[in-house]
Amino acid sequence: MQFDLATQSLREINAALHHSDREEGEEYVIAHPKGTHSVAVGLTDPIDVTIDGHVGYYCAGMNKNASIHIAGNAGPGLAENMMSGRVVVDGNASQYAGASGHGGLLVIKGNTSSRCGISMKGINIVVGGSIGHFGAFMAQSGRLVVCGDCGGNLGDSIYEAHIYIRGEIDSLGSDCIEKEMIPDHQRELEVLLQNAGLHYSTAEFRRYGSARTLYNFHIDNADAI
Amino acid sequence: MCGIVGLYLKKPELESRLGEFVSDMLEEMGDRGPDSAGVAIYRNPAPEGGSKVSLFSASSNEDWPARTAQASQAFDLEFHLEIHASHAILTSSAPVGEIERWIRSNWSDLRIMSVGESIEIYKEMGHPKAVAERFGFKNFSGTHAVAHTRMATESAVTTEHSHPFSTGLDLCLVHNGSLSNHNRLRNFLTRQGGQFQTDNDSEVAAGYLTWRLSLGESVVDALESAIRDLDGFYTFAIGSSNGFSVLRDPIACKPAVLAENDDWVAMSSEYRAIARLPDAKHSNIWEPAPAQIYSWERSKTEAGTQNAV
Repeated sequence: MQFDLATQSLREINAALHHSDREEGEEYVIAHPKGTHSVAVGLTDPIDVTIDGHVGYYCAGMNKNASIHIAGNAGPGLAENMMSGRVVVDGNASQYAGASGHGGLLVIKGNTSSRCGISMKGINIVVGGSIGHFGAFMAQSGRLVVCGDCGGNLGDSIYEAHIYIRGEIDSLGSDCIEKEMIPDHQRELEVLLQNAGLHYSTAEFRRYGSARTLYNFHIDNADAI
Repeated sequence: MCGIVGLYLKKPELESRLGEFVSDMLEEMGDRGPDSAGVAIYRNPAPEGGSKVSLFSASSNEDWPARTAQASQAFDLEFHLEIHASHAILTSSAPVGEIERWIRSNWSDLRIMSVGESIEIYKEMGHPKAVAERFGFKNFSGTHAVAHTRMATESAVTTEHSHPFSTGLDLCLVHNGSLSNHNRLRNFLTRQGGQFQTDNDSEVAAGYLTWRLSLGESVVDALESAIRDLDGFYTFAIGSSNGFSVLRDPIACKPAVLAENDDWVAMSSEYRAIARLPDAKHSNIWEPAPAQIYSWERSKTEAGTQNAV
C-alpha cells in the first residue's frame, strides 16, 4: 500500500498505520517525507513500512512489532523509546537515536551523532559508521555496537548495557571501562552483526561496560560532576 | 527554539532565485520561530570605496525620499534609495565610516540595521511567511543569505530583538540557543566601547564577535575565541561579504544540518527547510560536529569557491 506525504496528511498516514486489522508482513511505502517529523510513530502491528527519503524528528518513535526501513537519513530522536520490532536507516541519523529504548533492533548504516542510546533499557543498537559524544549515557541494559569510531564520554554513568566498539574512542565517560570479551560476548555480538547485515569479525571489536563504582554513594565522589 | 537558515549559491545563474529559495526555507522554519524573522542578503555591491546602509524606521509614514535628499546634500553625492516596507537601503560612494557617523548624529530616530558594501538586513515581528511577503524576499536576487525565525525565550519580541544582528561591516550573526554569561559579557564589552541596543543574549554574541574582529582577528579566529568565552547553548550562522560560517557549541544540543551539492551549500536547523531546494535529496547531507567551524567563501579574485574548515 502506497502513501504520499506530498498529498496526504501525516496524521492520516499514521492513523492508517495504527489500525490493527493488517495481515502480518503487509508492506507499506511512504513517499516524499521531505524531513517531516513523527513519521510512522507509535506503530503496534507487525507490518513492514518503507519510508522513501529523509525524515525529520522522532521517526519510528515508540515502535512495537513493526519493521520500519528509512531509505534516507533521519533527524533527532529516531526510534525513541522503541519497545520491539526493527528500525533500519540506510543513511545517517542525528542526535539521541534509540534513546530510552526497551527492546527491538535499531540499525543505522551510516553515522549518528551525540547521545546515541542515552538511557537505553534493553534495545539493541547497531551503527555501521561512527557515533558522536555521550553515546550510551546512563545506559541500563541492551547492547550498543559501533563499527566505526566514538566521540568523547562513551558510556558515562553506565549500568549494565553491553558496548562493543570496533574503532577509536575519544574518551570513556565516568565509570565506563574496557572489559574482557568472553565467548558469550562473541556470540552475542556475532548475532547482532548478522541481524544488522554487517560483515565484520567479532575479533575486531572491544567490549566496554560499567566499573560499578557509582552504584552506591561514596563520599569521595561528592565533588564529581 | 528558533530556526536558522543559510544558503550560499555556487553558480551565478542561480543568483536570480536566491530570494525564492530563502523564502521557502524561512517559511518551512516558521514553526520553529513564529514571533519574528529576518534575513541578511548579500547582493548589488556599492561602488568601490562606497557604502550600503540598511535603515529601519518605526514610523509608518517615513519620508525616505526626503531623507535621501538630505544625505545627498550633506555629502554632495548621489544616493540610491530602495524602499522595502519599514526598511530602506541607501547606496552611495560615501565611505562607510563617514556615512555611519553622519546617520548616527543626524538621524537618531532611525535604526541602522547593517553597514557594508553588499549586506542588506531586513527584520520584523510577525510570522516568517508574513515577514517574507511584507519585504518581498521572493523577488530578491543575490549571492548568499543567512536568515532566522525567532521563538523568544529570554527577552522581548521587538524588531530590535530580532535576528540577524550586525556584527561589523558586511558581517552578521543569527543564533539558535541561549547564552548564560551574557550579562557579565555585555558589561565587559560595554567597557571596551561596545554599544548594545537591547538586553538580548544573541546581541551580546554579535557584540563579542565585533570586538574580536576589532582586535584584528579573522572571523574564524574570532569564532575560536567564542568557543572559549561564550557559555551556553548555540548554533550560530555568520554571514560575511564572501560567504557564511557555522559553529555549534561543544555540547551541541541545538540542531544543525549542512548540505552541499554542485549548485549550493545550505545550512538549516532542520533538513525539511533544505528539502525545499532543487535536488536536495541527492546532495551530501551531514550534521556539523560540536565546536568545529565550517565556512564557505567565494574567492574575490576567482569565480570558484573554496571550503575552508
